[in-house]
Amino acid sequence: MSGVKNSLNLTRIMALVNKDIKKTVREPAALFLTLLFPVMLMLFFGLAFGRAGGESTYQVGVVNLDAGGTQSRWSGYLVGNLTRIGVIKTTEYTSNETAQADLAQGKIQAVLVIPRGFGQSCSSFWTAADPSLWIRASVQLYLDSGSMFATQAIPPIVQQALEVTIRGLQQTTAQLPIELSSPSMIASVRLTTFDYMAPGVFAFATIFLVLIVSSSFTVEREEGLLRRINTTPATPSEFMLAASISNMFSALAQGVLLFLVSLIVGFHSSAGPIGSLMAFLILMIFSLCNVGFGLVTATVSKSSGVANGVSFIFVIPQMFFGTFVGAALPPDIQAFGRLVPSYYVTDAMTSLLLRGAPLTSPAILLDLAVVSVYSVAVLMLGILLFRRCGRS
Amino acid sequence: MVVQDLTEKYGDFVAVDRLNLDIGEGEIFGLLGPNGAGKTTTISVLCGILKPTSGCVSVGGHDVNRELQKVKESIGVCPQDTAVYPFLTIRENIELFGNLHAMPNDKLKENLGYVLEKMRLLEWADKRAGACSGGIKRRLNMAMGLIHDPEIVFLDEPTVGMDVQSRHAVWDFIKELKARNKTVVLTTHYIEEAEQLCDRVAIVDHGKLVALGTPAQLESKSKEKHLEDVFLKLTGSDVRGEE
Repeated sequence: MSGVKNSLNLTRIMALVNKDIKKTVREPAALFLTLLFPVMLMLFFGLAFGRAGGESTYQVGVVNLDAGGTQSRWSGYLVGNLTRIGVIKTTEYTSNETAQADLAQGKIQAVLVIPRGFGQSCSSFWTAADPSLWIRASVQLYLDSGSMFATQAIPPIVQQALEVTIRGLQQTTAQLPIELSSPSMIASVRLTTFDYMAPGVFAFATIFLVLIVSSSFTVEREEGLLRRINTTPATPSEFMLAASISNMFSALAQGVLLFLVSLIVGFHSSAGPIGSLMAFLILMIFSLCNVGFGLVTATVSKSSGVANGVSFIFVIPQMFFGTFVGAALPPDIQAFGRLVPSYYVTDAMTSLLLRGAPLTSPAILLDLAVVSVYSVAVLMLGILLFRRCGRS
Repeated sequence: MVVQDLTEKYGDFVAVDRLNLDIGEGEIFGLLGPNGAGKTTTISVLCGILKPTSGCVSVGGHDVNRELQKVKESIGVCPQDTAVYPFLTIRENIELFGNLHAMPNDKLKENLGYVLEKMRLLEWADKRAGACSGGIKRRLNMAMGLIHDPEIVFLDEPTVGMDVQSRHAVWDFIKELKARNKTVVLTTHYIEEAEQLCDRVAIVDHGKLVALGTPAQLESKSKEKHLEDVFLKLTGSDVRGEE
């Protein structure tokens, strides 16, 4: 028997991890929330909005105020780039009012207003090396807020089309500040609504670990199991480490299974093996954050029933502001997404899986840093609170 | 095991009041008392689950405040309420607690067969605990606390809810523990159980020690024929609330 004080014992940690994994696999509620529910969700979205559910196209009205300008060819390039990936069909309008009326009546899902001077602005990108000398212009996009999928899918397509229009297909990602808009991916793949939703489903599924962890800890406390474990040499550090490891395994299994299911139902992943591994790593780190939220929930909840309710304090904001669900919200409210960790997970998953962004991309590194710091801080807070007030 | 002036308070409520005990190696020591007398609280302090409000407690020669890890390594606990993982099999539950004591694999395997046999659990070893009867869970509850062959065993009402056969199996096992020079601290509401098994008993009430000695000594001192009569004489016949 190991008697080294304050050292971590691998046998004890592995025994606790093994116990937690068996719980996930054998308890129907845990198995449903961890694996079956996310898979069902992915299958549903894939079949409804992916290739299997038919091609999704959006009608976008284009009001080209730069049509008679000296550099009007640029607006033509933009419209061409918008339609080339097949998801968007455009209708030209001569006035913004008419286009807005059709948008309000649901005839089209978006209106794109190309401003006067758009062509000159594009030209200035090439003629002036100093960004302060660029001619600024603003392309306006109006979306049908009643169409969740249009609001999710259209903005990134427009953004990518703008990137391609201004910088061209020949630019290498190394020379561009935004690698996310990989032109080759846009040129070769006809994306569906599901492709834009799928990265958010990965984060969505991991969020439910809050519910599983809080329920598990409160049930073990209610049934005297935490108290019983407290009579053995297993230390609180070993116990918490084991809970973290087992939930990271759950997140990994969940991520891999969801990834495979998403591919089966038509997700176009642009990530290579390294990019996919990075995506799974981010999900595993994110799982620690949800373990922390679960521990906080277990600390403040007197019973497992209460814990199930309290969990949603952490589940709902993450779900609405940080996953594909939030795309339907007004932009001002979407800004709250930056406060929840799932936002950065979804952003990283979208960049890695959908856009095939390289691991060294500043956006990916920023997302990884934010998720890591957030997760470690929340996990530490959860452990501290649970050790002080949550065990008995 | 030495308990000196142990006091345990929950807010203003004094659960254990300046308790003094000295339990010898290889002794079966009974802790008797009505509901709410402070038996489980005392055991919780001895196991290190609760910190004493005041007083000194030494278990196996180790101070529970300063050497808690060493105390936990030397004890085995069978809690009053059944605490088993329902999704694990009987075997897995016992193995888990063996591993929590970091037992070597060969020793764990050897002890597992032994406790399964002694607790008459072999037949259900691969059945999920959640699907077993209350009696089997009670025996499992005890096996989980004994898998690592501890020197000191705390049994908090181990035979509650057991049928006669199971109870006798547990009694036989406790006697075997004594034969192997293990120290056993037993709380029970079955006075005949204490009479049969214990070398000495302590009767506590309202957190205080009211009598201490062998069953025969207590009967003689109280001029009663049975330990149960001694118990009623010392603690009264009022019905108490749960502890």
